[in-house]
Amino acid sequence: MIIQTRNLTRDFDSLRAVDNLSLNIPEGEIYGFLGPNGSGKSTTIRMICGLLTPTSGEVEALGYTIPREAEKLKARLGYMTQKFSLYQELTVEENLQFLAAIQGVPRREQKARITELCGQFHLEKRRSQLAGTMSGGQKQRLALAAAIVHKPDLLILDEPTSAVDPESRREFWEYLFELAGKGMSILVSTHYMDEAERCHRLAIIRKGSLSAEGEPLKLMENLGARVLLAEGRAEEMIHWRRQLSADPLIPGCTQIGNRLRIMVASEVEEPEAWLTRSFPFLGDLERTRANLEDVFVRATHSEHMEEEQ
Amino acid sequence: MIRREKIQAMVYKELKQLRRDRLTAAMVFGIPVMQLLLFGFAINYNVRNIPAAWCDMAETEMSRSIIQDIGATRVLDLKYRASSVEEVQKLIRTGRVRAGVVITHDLEERLRDRRSAFQILTDGSSSVVTGAVQSLASLPLGIPGHTVDYKTQERLPIQVLPLYNPEQRTAVDVIPGLIGVILTMTLMLFTAIALVREREHGSMEMLITTPVSAMEIICGKLLPYIGIGMFQTVLIFLLGVLVFRLPVNGRVIDIAAAVLMFITSTLTLGLLISSFVKTQFQAVQLSIFILLPSILLSGFVFPYEGMPTFARALSKVLPVTHFIELMRGIVLRNARISEMPVQVFSLLIFILFSTILAWERMKKKRLD
Repeated sequence: MIIQTRNLTRDFDSLRAVDNLSLNIPEGEIYGFLGPNGSGKSTTIRMICGLLTPTSGEVEALGYTIPREAEKLKARLGYMTQKFSLYQELTVEENLQFLAAIQGVPRREQKARITELCGQFHLEKRRSQLAGTMSGGQKQRLALAAAIVHKPDLLILDEPTSAVDPESRREFWEYLFELAGKGMSILVSTHYMDEAERCHRLAIIRKGSLSAEGEPLKLMENLGARVLLAEGRAEEMIHWRRQLSADPLIPGCTQIGNRLRIMVASEVEEPEAWLTRSFPFLGDLERTRANLEDVFVRATHSEHMEEEQ
Repeated sequence: MIRREKIQAMVYKELKQLRRDRLTAAMVFGIPVMQLLLFGFAINYNVRNIPAAWCDMAETEMSRSIIQDIGATRVLDLKYRASSVEEVQKLIRTGRVRAGVVITHDLEERLRDRRSAFQILTDGSSSVVTGAVQSLASLPLGIPGHTVDYKTQERLPIQVLPLYNPEQRTAVDVIPGLIGVILTMTLMLFTAIALVREREHGSMEMLITTPVSAMEIICGKLLPYIGIGMFQTVLIFLLGVLVFRLPVNGRVIDIAAAVLMFITSTLTLGLLISSFVKTQFQAVQLSIFILLPSILLSGFVFPYEGMPTFARALSKVLPVTHFIELMRGIVLRNARISEMPVQVFSLLIFILFSTILAWERMKKKRLD
């Protein structure tokens, strides 16, 4: 295990941001934190890095007890913040030089390392460009290059792609897989389903606690519900959705274009028959495979129920 | 186009934002109340209790009586008894006193010959002091044993002798103080926003996850601005000498040492501000809050000697007060820096104190 947390809890005044979170994050994989905004992903990450002191509970990362041994961890940790945190007034090369020096890369290796990184992240042509004048995707590449300048054993990324376009996001994940392939352990938080689906393992976090954990495929298989599609007209759809959502056997119901995506709990043996019986207005029903969004909706279902009440 | 509702909406929004920023809201009340009360009481053109020495070589009943009369005016606070003129001069040069009363052996002869009866040496590097002493000299101090004849305005003839800046040029008086104020103004702001800018921008979060230590960050933030401050000082001195004929009497090495200490203390003060505030805007506000007393209480504009005790105590906390004192001493009065240990130690203690405090605030390298 590269990171272990036990009953990790953090309060901000009266707000409990992270609640009794216990995680075991294996080595050499891309491990994802999936959760809505404000679910405690960033707080958890910051406690793992030793930037925030837990209210209670324990963290161990790379075998170090955090926050007591946070300084030892920092030498082997790469961290990429949510906001672009490099210096806009410096060029690509100057930013990398600064980070290399701060991270303790030996002086005579710095030049070669920077050239290597610029090649790896396609920044050769931008070496002397000011970071502030680059596009979102280019900045992300630079930030990633800077985060791994000292070849860390553990790379932690806090919503690294929240400010870039889908194309750049795809490209960014290619880089992450490349790094994982070389044996780097990666912890990444996201609120994008497609990104979460690409992780080796995934923790779905809701209101600061763990609501599902495992490999994305397994999570989808073990959804505990079947997914069906029903067609209808736009005006009807809103009413249907409302009626269906109120049923406790339907943990999720989402409108997608002129279709409703209905999740039916596994307790119901014949979902099609049951649906047609309970909601006669529904027309033809079609089964489909569960996706990660369904897992997410199911995992965060009770939250929405609470809020709507 | 000007529409009332739109303006109203803007006004309400501004006021609400202002109220949420507690430090700014506090400043809206704090600055006028504190600054007015402080400066209203502290600033006093009527200089009294100027620290002074006296040297009575005549030691007659008359000379003793003259000393007593001068003391009774309360303009001079006769603190030290010197045994020679040289000692009086040294006390003035090192800034221990601002004036010295010198009565020579031939006091009675001088009175008989209607020559000036005695001398008051003054620290000409502070024109306020010289002015106050000159007005003292025009007070009707009677000749002991004779009653003062107000009709004939018979006065004791006193010679006032400014030791430095004999022409009493204002530029000479002002420039050393101005150096302190200019450096405070520019340098404090550099470091005041230094840490908070990284925090606002998000790079502090990145920095503290690297193995860089808090002391390394502090030193890295101080050193470039020390260089900039030294450059500024050279520029000011060049202009002072070339344009205003500022006499640089002291040794360059002493000046450099004093400037170095002052620059460092101002920068560490800025760093301290930066470690406390949340936004760059608050850093600027706090800097202004400190800048105002640095101008008004440091002895630069208003005489230190005219201030009440609490204002003097406050001005002693400001590094610029000690620096201006050092500059007037070294540059104008040709004092050695080693002759002014109080100012030197004050600056050193200030640097030590603010660095440790800023370091304490940063060393945990946490966000909470």
